[in-house]
Amino acid sequence: MVLLPVVFLLWQAGHAGWGTIWPLIFRTLTWTLLLNTIELGVIVTVCSAVAGVGSAWLIERTNLPLRRFWRAVVVLPLAIPDFVIGYTWLSLTPAVHGLFGASLVMTLGLYPLVYLPVAAALRRVDTSLYEVARSLGLGRFRALLGAVLPQIRAALLGGCLMVLLGLLAEYGAFEILRFQTFTTEIFTEFNLGINPAAASALSLVLVVLSLLVIGTEMTLTRSVAVRAGRPAGGVRRYRLGWGAVPSLLFMAVLVGLGVGVPASTLVYWLTQPSDLVGVAPIPLLGAAGYTLLYSFLAAVLATVAAFPVAYLAARHPGRLSRLLERLGYLVQGLPGLVIALSLVFFAVRLAYPLYQSPTLLVIAYAVMFFPMALISLRASLVQLPRRFFDTARSLGCSPMSALLRVTIPLAAPGIAASVALVFLSAVTELTATLLLVPTGVQTLATAFWAYQSQVSYATASRYASLIVVIAVVPGVFMSRWLDPSRSSARGTVVRGLIRSVTRGGRP
Amino acid sequence: MTALSVSGVCKSYADTPVLRGVSLAVAPGSLAAILGASGAGKTTLLRVIAGFEPADAGTIELGGQVVDSGQSRGRVPPERRHIGFVPQDGALFPHLTVHGNVAFGLPRSARHGPFVDELLELVGLSGLGGRYPHELSGGQQQRVAIARALAPRPRLVLLDEPFASLDASLRAVVRAEVLGALRAVGTTGVLVTHDQDEALSVADYVAVLQDGVITQAGPPREVYSAPADPWTAGFLGTANLLPGILQNQGVRTALGWHEMRAGGQLPDGGGEVTVLIRPEQIALAPLAPSAEGVTGKVTEARYHGHDALVAVDVGDAGVLQVRMLGAGAPAPGDEVCLTATGPVTAWPEGSF
Repeated sequence: MVLLPVVFLLWQAGHAGWGTIWPLIFRTLTWTLLLNTIELGVIVTVCSAVAGVGSAWLIERTNLPLRRFWRAVVVLPLAIPDFVIGYTWLSLTPAVHGLFGASLVMTLGLYPLVYLPVAAALRRVDTSLYEVARSLGLGRFRALLGAVLPQIRAALLGGCLMVLLGLLAEYGAFEILRFQTFTTEIFTEFNLGINPAAASALSLVLVVLSLLVIGTEMTLTRSVAVRAGRPAGGVRRYRLGWGAVPSLLFMAVLVGLGVGVPASTLVYWLTQPSDLVGVAPIPLLGAAGYTLLYSFLAAVLATVAAFPVAYLAARHPGRLSRLLERLGYLVQGLPGLVIALSLVFFAVRLAYPLYQSPTLLVIAYAVMFFPMALISLRASLVQLPRRFFDTARSLGCSPMSALLRVTIPLAAPGIAASVALVFLSAVTELTATLLLVPTGVQTLATAFWAYQSQVSYATASRYASLIVVIAVVPGVFMSRWLDPSRSSARGTVVRGLIRSVTRGGRP
Repeated sequence: MTALSVSGVCKSYADTPVLRGVSLAVAPGSLAAILGASGAGKTTLLRVIAGFEPADAGTIELGGQVVDSGQSRGRVPPERRHIGFVPQDGALFPHLTVHGNVAFGLPRSARHGPFVDELLELVGLSGLGGRYPHELSGGQQQRVAIARALAPRPRLVLLDEPFASLDASLRAVVRAEVLGALRAVGTTGVLVTHDQDEALSVADYVAVLQDGVITQAGPPREVYSAPADPWTAGFLGTANLLPGILQNQGVRTALGWHEMRAGGQLPDGGGEVTVLIRPEQIALAPLAPSAEGVTGKVTEARYHGHDALVAVDVGDAGVLQVRMLGAGAPAPGDEVCLTATGPVTAWPEGSF
């Protein structure tokens, strides 16, 4: 199921004939797109790394004032879809476009993907290592570089991987900011019906790029020794002194640009009268209803499908679970656009009644967010000792009834997390939704898209705001409920969640 | 008729043999202890008996019924073996109350009857049925675990080191209560442990498991005083092993001539043997002109309060361990006189 998208893609390419495909891959357009992608990739990765590591260090390792506040708001851009961030900036000033605009918007949208793992790693770093380095005669900066950096390297690399995959997969923000990349080009080729063969050719290039990124990250992290466990020496925070002023300024600018600007722009447009001219409005509540329905069905489907896999992987650790983890990476690396396109090919060729049906959209969401469900379920199943299941068997339960009476109730937090994560991701999904939305149906995302393309910014803001509200409210509730400091038993689930959130930067 | 009969059971994990032909018979209503060092295969044996793991070869019978004969055909699944199981930390279901845990294995209709409360009373936990496992102490959790295992009236209860995680001060009390409950209902029990004091003091029958084989089985006294080999002797308690020579239907060591324990099978005539003398078989006396026995010098005296373990250097025979009442223990450097009493166990030299 996980590899089907790639198979369909190759099949479609083969259908068009490799003689047609090769020239489509090796043409100037491809090189332009590649150049654009690399330029953007370098700029956004570097900027996100600086913003993510800087804010993580200030919040976790210094005596920065208002740390609790910063900790809460610094990850908020994750709840705002990148296409909404792009739209708010463009509606504010048309100057934000092209490479500059794309770099700014994507950095603001993606830096939390670096912040989250790095902050988690910094929290675990033992201060005594830094102190030992100082006592061995290293200066402040060299001690940081030599003793602390190696311990957060894996987290930093993982975060950068997610930023790069997010960039490769993003469509909406680039379309809005008129920045040409593979996704925008694939979408144009496909949607205008000009050239489906070209669309699949470019998709193949995109998949290869994603795999390259994943492969690089894997080889780089393998050589990093992980020092597990709690800090024995405790946490002694670095005193900023007068450095607190520029540090506060840095945090204020970061959060102001990433959260303040999109939020206040949305509010501004909400207060403006509707700017529709001669078009029948899409009912807001109707669109919200479809969004909720499809997202919820997808969340249930992905969770149900992932449960047996997660269960087997947790029960039989070893080769199978390693393989699954790799496969998870792979799907995570496939842009949503590619998955959606391959499902379109599949439906058109093999199951036409499914084409533009709600079923196909729900399946697309479930495939895209399957790894998220898998990771949260596995996190909660792995920490369940096998003894519970065995004890239930010895008390007269068949394997199925032991599963129902013991394993599933105990895995409930993981199941809830899985449903919630897939649900949130599906609500904020745009690309696959645009391709697969059933005929005559508008979801919040497609309605927003329709209005912003007509520059009806005020009307579009209503749909965008509702998406953000739906994404933020359960998100806040979930982070409260799953606060790692409240219960150690939930700790593992939370770590799994943080991983899946940071692994799931799919727009 | 035996409650549990294990014969020739083998089990390997990925080509590493863990059980290599284990045989064991447990009488109905008795409590058997399987004693072994960590890694000896104790837990694996218990899991195979319970049916969580299939046996590769051998037969397991419960009250005469074959539940596993080393083949998947005819193997009885754990839920139909009627074997209660008390894991190491109790493994109470955290999502259920104490009442819910105890009632877990009962048919739906019996879950709300008075039986659950009777069981809780039996283990001394009346009135705690509404609590959740995390609201109980470790000892209380173990008592709930035994009540839960006893509820479906099993033919046999398996206990996997159930007291190992408790504080030393609490362990004896909880052990007495848990095993008391087991005896009160007359259920056969098999206790796995690595603690020889525990095995010897509570069980009717002790089986020593070493590297996947039962090296010795029998009543505690017999196993302790007449171990099958020197390794078992040392595993069951402090052991003085001395070289000796068979002489006059007995054996002569550096401590003199000793009567042989009955039942030992040794060749007649002056063969060389290894002799086991337990520390409590040796008596110490202050050095005096009239004192009999072998003289030695105290090198170490470990005082335990109720008793003391004294190391005495007796020259050629090496250092011997002597157990005596704590009050009269000598100090290091004292010269003492040693005499051994009671029959001893001996094995032919080079037989191990």
